[in-house]
Amino acid sequence: MRTLIFAFIIAYLSMISTQVMASGEGIHLEDVELDLSDKASLQRGAKTFVNYCLSCHQASFMRYNRMARDLNLSDKQVVDNLMFASDKIGDTMTVAMRPEDAKKWFGVAPPDLSVISRSRGTAWLNTYLRTFYLDESKAVGTNNLVFVGTSMPHVLWQQQGYLDNDPETGHLEQATDGSLSKYDYNVMISDLVNFLAYVGEPSKIQRLELGKWVLLYLFLFFLVAYPMKKAFWRDIH
Amino acid sequence: MFSSFMGWVDARFPATKLWEEHLSKYYAPKNFNFWYFFGALALLVLVLQIVTGIFLTMHYKPDTALAFASVEYIMRDVEWGWLIRYLHSTGASAFFIVIYLHMFRGLIYGSYKQPRELVWLFGMCLYLALMAEAFMGYLLPWGQMSFWGAQVIISLFGAVPFIGEQLALWIRGDFVVADATLNRFFAFHVIAVPLVILALVVAHIIALHEVGSNNPDGVDIKKYKDKDGIPLDGIAFHPYYTVKDIVGVTVFLFIFSLVLFYAPEMDGWFLEHANFVPANPLKTPLHIAPVWYFTPFYAILRAVPSIAGSAFPGVVAMGLSIVFLFLLPWLDRSPVRSIRYRGIYFRTAIVLFVISFIGLGLLGTQPVTDLYTILSRVFSIIYFAFFILMPIYTSFDKDKPVPERVTFK
Repeated sequence: MRTLIFAFIIAYLSMISTQVMASGEGIHLEDVELDLSDKASLQRGAKTFVNYCLSCHQASFMRYNRMARDLNLSDKQVVDNLMFASDKIGDTMTVAMRPEDAKKWFGVAPPDLSVISRSRGTAWLNTYLRTFYLDESKAVGTNNLVFVGTSMPHVLWQQQGYLDNDPETGHLEQATDGSLSKYDYNVMISDLVNFLAYVGEPSKIQRLELGKWVLLYLFLFFLVAYPMKKAFWRDIH
Repeated sequence: MFSSFMGWVDARFPATKLWEEHLSKYYAPKNFNFWYFFGALALLVLVLQIVTGIFLTMHYKPDTALAFASVEYIMRDVEWGWLIRYLHSTGASAFFIVIYLHMFRGLIYGSYKQPRELVWLFGMCLYLALMAEAFMGYLLPWGQMSFWGAQVIISLFGAVPFIGEQLALWIRGDFVVADATLNRFFAFHVIAVPLVILALVVAHIIALHEVGSNNPDGVDIKKYKDKDGIPLDGIAFHPYYTVKDIVGVTVFLFIFSLVLFYAPEMDGWFLEHANFVPANPLKTPLHIAPVWYFTPFYAILRAVPSIAGSAFPGVVAMGLSIVFLFLLPWLDRSPVRSIRYRGIYFRTAIVLFVISFIGLGLLGTQPVTDLYTILSRVFSIIYFAFFILMPIYTSFDKDKPVPERVTFK
């Protein structure tokens, strides 16, 4: 009987641990440490985002002035440095490219990135952005380990350089050098993923902040409620 | 001053009478334990869902072109919108956790047995209404899982012989889940089903207060009364259980807040990852799974093999898995209510039932594999055997003697 119960528990645990996002081809996804309080990281990520992502992709639910406030930037700083696709600080991060055109050019319209960190997960994004490799058979000249057959080209090739996929080992090897060292490129991607996580849920900053106070209040309230119950129930046996 | 005011009211409306009947002079057994918090908690969550739902309705747009964006608008641009939305989405899962524990309490202490059959039936109707409410609410954010979950479930009606296709069409109002479906689900979710739920809650409580609450010993406290007609083992619901429930509510809200503020997605269990992708009727997700509270029934549906290409047997099995719950008061032949004084057969049956229910729930979240299909079938058989064999094993069980008065620890 005891072994039977044990077998059940093992079977349950193995099932519980697999409520996962479809990671595609079984590639190990490397997660990244997120820190919404690291404003410098978020600002660097925002810079990468508006320079390299926000020409094809939109983040159509994300407002520039909201970003300014949350990233400790002034509206003027955002207008001068981070707004290329729009001219009103209250606008959301949209691009001029029409979806019909995008579909014609890329085969598929580039997805909106507002909540991409919540649907794909940050580990997926982090790995995806690091694992483009040269593939002659593709129209864009590159392929990806996580998202096989992706129609997105390796946008950050100048920074990372191009990688080759060694068919023997399955590892990616540097084919051409980029302007950044491997370490610096990984930092760049971590910052970008951190920023995308912020964009996915800007209110998370308030959520984490408010949570502490609510829990503290409930704890203090318990310290009143429990003795009150005890007092009322003193004579009940 | 106050008493003369109440006198004026009472001459016109039975305010004091209602207060006394349902609170200050409603005598509940004094030995309620942990399991007796969940009725009050269910009421709390119901109020929470209604209040947050009202505020969500002020900003949500039931239109396939606008729905997904309006939810993100609530999450970002509406003042405190994120809090209201998370309260509602976490509240939905909390509602089912609380209700499942509440139903389990009824199961182990035999609260469905004579004379509380109607309390149980009203409760089961509430459970059905709650499932309809949750199912239709889940379509509203118009994400991929909203769309494809609804598509799968509604197409089940299409498996009904002869009238199936017409029935599914009638439910959707279109050939696929579309704007018409979203609009009618919105109407049902925000007004029709909530009205039914509120009416059933009233009936559930009136029926309960008519016959009195059961207790962990399953003994009838009305057998021994003092000279004023008050049960010796009964205490007034107010203030005793109101102050006790305040403690329960505080603990509940603490756990609820932990999820709400620190893990509102619950790693994909409360808010599925795929639902952050807008609904796309042209792109079927690789793996469609309902939210966790439906998965036991979904697993039963998938476990039953199709006959001649029709999924109807599975649909019937899924329906029966709920119908059997309604029949509990008549399937259980034991004279003893509480599990404390039941014999080994019933105790074993409960353990197996819980294992199979949780097992089915986990399997319902997983893609189909050969092993999982076999496991689902085994658990489904155990699930149904629990009910079908109940008249037999409860008749022959070696129940223990039940005490005359409640035991109080």
